[in-house]
Amino acid sequence: MKVQKQVTSGQLDFTFTRRAAFVGGVQAAIGLTVAARMSYIAVADNEKYKLLAESNRVNLTIIPPRRGWFVDRYGKPIATNRADFRVDIIPDRLVEKEQTVKTLAELLALSTDDVDRIHRELKLAQGFQPVQVADGLDYERFAAVSVRLPDLPGVSPRQGYSRFYPSGAAVGHLIGYVGTVSAEEYQKNKNPLLITPGFKVGKDGLEKTLEDRLQGEPGAKRTEVTARGKIVRDLATRPDIPGKPVQLTIDIDLHNYAARRLGLESGSVVIFDCLTGDILTMASMPCYDPNSFSDGIGRVEWKMLNSDDHIPMLNKALQGLYPPGSTVKPAAALAMLHHGVDPEETVVCGGGYRLGNRVFKCLGRHGPMNMANALMKSCNTYFYAMGRRIGYDAIAPFAKALGLGQEFILPFPSQRYGTIPDSAWKMRKYDQKWSESDTLNATIGQGYVSVSPFQLAMMAARIASGLNIQPEIILKKRQVPGRLGFPEEHLAVVREGMNRVVNGAGTAVRSKLDIPGIAMAGKTGTAQVRRISGSQRGQSGAWKYRDHGLFVCFAPVDNPRYGASVVIEHGMGGARAAAPIAKDVLTFLYDREKAMASLEALEAGWGGNIEQRMGSKYAAFQGQPAAPPPLDPTI
Amino acid sequence: MNGIVPAPIAALPWRVIFILAALVGFGATVLYSAAGGHFEPWAGKHVIRFVVLLTMAIAMSRMTLEFWKSMTFPLYLLLLVLLVVVQLMGFVGGGSQRWINLGIITLQPSELMKPVMVLAAAWFFDRLPPNRIYGFDAIWPLGAILLLPSILVIIQPDFDAAIAYAFGLGVVGFMAGLPLIYFISAGVGVAVLAPLVFFFGLKAYQQDRVLIFLNPENDPLGAGYHITQSKIAIGSGGIFGKGFGNGTQSHLDYLPEGHTDFVFATMAEEWGIVGGFFILFMYYLLMRWGLNVAMQSKTRYGQLVAAGLTCTIFFYIMINLLMVVGLAPVAGIPLPFVSHGGSSMLTMMLCVGIMMSIERHPGAKRGQFQ
Repeated sequence: MKVQKQVTSGQLDFTFTRRAAFVGGVQAAIGLTVAARMSYIAVADNEKYKLLAESNRVNLTIIPPRRGWFVDRYGKPIATNRADFRVDIIPDRLVEKEQTVKTLAELLALSTDDVDRIHRELKLAQGFQPVQVADGLDYERFAAVSVRLPDLPGVSPRQGYSRFYPSGAAVGHLIGYVGTVSAEEYQKNKNPLLITPGFKVGKDGLEKTLEDRLQGEPGAKRTEVTARGKIVRDLATRPDIPGKPVQLTIDIDLHNYAARRLGLESGSVVIFDCLTGDILTMASMPCYDPNSFSDGIGRVEWKMLNSDDHIPMLNKALQGLYPPGSTVKPAAALAMLHHGVDPEETVVCGGGYRLGNRVFKCLGRHGPMNMANALMKSCNTYFYAMGRRIGYDAIAPFAKALGLGQEFILPFPSQRYGTIPDSAWKMRKYDQKWSESDTLNATIGQGYVSVSPFQLAMMAARIASGLNIQPEIILKKRQVPGRLGFPEEHLAVVREGMNRVVNGAGTAVRSKLDIPGIAMAGKTGTAQVRRISGSQRGQSGAWKYRDHGLFVCFAPVDNPRYGASVVIEHGMGGARAAAPIAKDVLTFLYDREKAMASLEALEAGWGGNIEQRMGSKYAAFQGQPAAPPPLDPTI
Repeated sequence: MNGIVPAPIAALPWRVIFILAALVGFGATVLYSAAGGHFEPWAGKHVIRFVVLLTMAIAMSRMTLEFWKSMTFPLYLLLLVLLVVVQLMGFVGGGSQRWINLGIITLQPSELMKPVMVLAAAWFFDRLPPNRIYGFDAIWPLGAILLLPSILVIIQPDFDAAIAYAFGLGVVGFMAGLPLIYFISAGVGVAVLAPLVFFFGLKAYQQDRVLIFLNPENDPLGAGYHITQSKIAIGSGGIFGKGFGNGTQSHLDYLPEGHTDFVFATMAEEWGIVGGFFILFMYYLLMRWGLNVAMQSKTRYGQLVAAGLTCTIFFYIMINLLMVVGLAPVAGIPLPFVSHGGSSMLTMMLCVGIMMSIERHPGAKRGQFQ
C-alpha cells in the first residue's frame, strides 16, 4: 500500500499555474530557437543560399562555338558550317530506352542502320555523353520531336551547326573530318564544352591538327527553368565566338577536278606552285566522305570503306610510299651532270646492261643515247651505265636535295617519308655493303628507293623552278625562296629531256597539252610491285600485283609555274595511267571547259561522278551483314 | 464598451479574432503569390474556409462548458467508431484511407481525435479525486484513452497522429499535476527506446526521413530535397525577402509542398525574416491568449482543456517550423492558419472554438455558486 498523500484541489490549482508557466516558457524557448535558426540561415548564410537559389533558377547551356571555315586560296569554301536541327539522347535522363528509340525512329524515319548505331552507342555511352540520334533534320521532323518532348525524357532536340564539306569525298584526306569527343578525350580534359551535344572536334587531317585555331569560344545561354526543366524565359545570352577561318593554299576547283579525274583508280595528284611551294592540289582517291563521319558513320558505310582494296582510309599523297621508278631519272641526271658527265656523251643501248654475269634489262633497244634522249625514251641502259660511273652515293644527295625521302613540316597528323638509300644507310639498316647492282636499281628508282607522291611533285616543282621551295598548305606571305644551287645549264638539260618526253618522241607524247602556247614537260615512271617473273612484267594478272603508274611533270615548259605528280596504284604504266590524268588536270588550269568536257565523257563511262558512284556502291552494300564500326575510327 | 458597437458584436472575442485574421490574411497573401498572383486555387478558399470556420467557432463559443463536458465522452466514442469505419473502408477499397468523404467536407477522424483527446484527458482528470493523482488509478484510464485510437491510427499507418495524441495527453497530464517523476522517466525511456525503435521498428524510408534532416546535403535529390530546398528558400530571402511575388523557389516549383507543409519557406523567401518574425509574434500572442484563458478559467476542466488545446496548436506550430528550418525530420504537418488545407484548419478552429467557449464561460470555483 502506498502512503496516501493528501492532495487538495487548491494544491492542484497551484501546480497548474506553475506548470502552465513552465509550458509557456518551453514554448517561448522553442519559438526563440526557430527565430534564431531562421536568422542564421537568412542572414549569416544568406549569400550561400542566394547562390543556390540562383543556380536552381538559372540553367546555363553552353552554345558550342561555330568552327572556323576552311577556304581555298581564292576564298572559296572548303569546309563550312551548316545550320541544322538535331536530336540527341542524354543517356542519363533516358527512362524508357527501347520505347524512346522506337518512337524517335518513327518520328524521324530513321533507317535500321541508324537505329542500330544508336543502340550500340547507347550501350557504350557514359551518362554524360550525349548520343546523337540524327542531325541535319528539316524543321517539320524537328518540330515533330519537340512537341512530344514531355513523353520523351532524355531526348534533347536543339538547333545547331554541323560541319559541311561541299566537295565531299574529294577533300576527305586533305581536311580530315570532325566527330564527337571520345570518352578518353573527355577524361583528359573535363571541359563541359566537350560533351555539349553538337560539339565536334577534329579527328583527322587539318581538322585535327588545326583544332585550336578552328575551335572558337563557346557562348552561353542562360534560361530560367522550373524544377521540372521547363523553360520559363530566356535570360541574357552570350553569343559564341566562331573559330578563325583558315585559308589554304589549295585551289579547290583544281583539287576537286583532280579528285574527280582520278576516277575509278586508286591514286593521288599533287600540284605545287613551283615558284612559292604552295600546295595547290593534294587529291587522294578513293576517299571516305567526311560529311558521313561528321554525322556519325553507319556500319554499312564503314564496312564499305574497310572492304575496299583501294584503301579509302589512306591519304596516298602523304602516306602512300611507292618505288618511284623512272620518275627519279631527272634527279639522277642532275647528279650525273654535277659529277662531270657530258650531256652529249652517248651510251649505246642494246636492250640491257651487263653487270658481271647479270643483265639489267631496258624497255627497248634504244641505240646511242645522250642524256636528254635517255630521259625522253626513259632508257635504263644509259642510267645504268652513268649511274654506275658516278655511284649512287653521288646521286642520293641530289635526290634528297629535290625533296625525295625528305621530311616536310606540315600540319598533317601523319606523313611517311620513304627512303633514299645510300651505302651508309644500307650498312646501318642491313649491315651489308652497298653493291653495284643496288646502284643500278636505285638509279632507275627501284630497289630500296621509296618516296611519296607528295615528294615526287616537290621534285618536279624544284626542277622546274630551280628554287629551294618549301611546301605550305596554309596561305601566308612568305619569303621568296632562294635558289637550290643547281647550275642553270644543268637544269636546262634535264628540262629539255623532260620536254622531249611529252613533246618530242618520248614516252608520254600522247599526253601533250592541247592548249596553244602552253606545253607540259614530264617524266613517266612504271614501278614494279614485285619481282619480274617470266614475261608478265606486272602488266596483267591480279590488280594488286600490277605495276604502279607514275608521272611527274611541270608546265609551262618555257616559264614553269606548276610542278605536279600523278601516281596511280597498279596503273600498269606511267604513260598509260598517270600522264593522261596529268594532262587533263593541267589543262584545267588553262582551259576549264575543255578539261570538263574530257572529264564528263570519262565519268559517263565510270558510272557518274564521285558522289553518284559512292551512292550506288553504298546501295549495293546495303542489306549485307556488317560488323559495327568502332566508335572512334581514328583509334 | 461604448454604445456605438452593438453589444453582441462587442462581446465577441476580438482579441483572438484579430490574431487569427492576421495569420490567415498573411497566409492568404502568401498563397496568392504562390499561385502566381491568383486567388485560385488556394488563397480564395483559404479565406472562405476561415470565415466559415470562424462562424462555427463563434457558435461553439456560445456553448457552455458543461455542454463540452457532457459531449466529451460521446465524441471520443464516435471518433473511435469512425476510425474503425475508415479502417474498414481501407480494407474494402484496397489500401490505406484516412478520411470519410461527406460530399461538402472530408472528415479525417484521426485529425479530429487530436483535440478530442485533450477533452477526454481533461474530462478524466476533472472526475479524478485530487488525492488520487499520485496513484495507479490516475494512470491506467489515461493509457486506455491513449492506446485505443493510437493503435487504430498506427495501423493506417500514421505515426505522426499517434505522437500528437501522446503529446496532447501528456501535456494535460502534466498540467493536471501528475508527478514529475513520470515525465522524467518517460523522457529517459524515450532516450533509451528511441534508438531501438529507430533501428528495429522503422522502415527504411522512415529511417531516411528521420535521419536526413541532420544532413540533407547528403541526398539532395532524395529525402533531403525538401529540407534543402526549404533552407534555400528561407536563406535566399534574407532579412527583407525578395519581395511579394518574386520568390523563385516557390514559383518555379523547386520548393515542394510550397502551399501546404512548406508554406513558411514560401513566405520567408518573399518576406524575409521580417515576415517570419511577424508570424512568430502572432503565434506568441495566440499562445499567450490560450494560456491566459486557461489561467482565468475557474474550473479544472476548463483549465486543462484550454491549456491542452493551446499546446495542441503549439504542437503543430513547433513540428512544422522546426522541420521547415531544418531542425526536425520531415513530417506531414501543416502550419496552423497559414498553410492551405481544410482538415487542419477545421481542427485548429475546433480548438479555438472550445477555447472561446471557455473564455466566455470561466465558470466558478468548486464550492462557489455559479
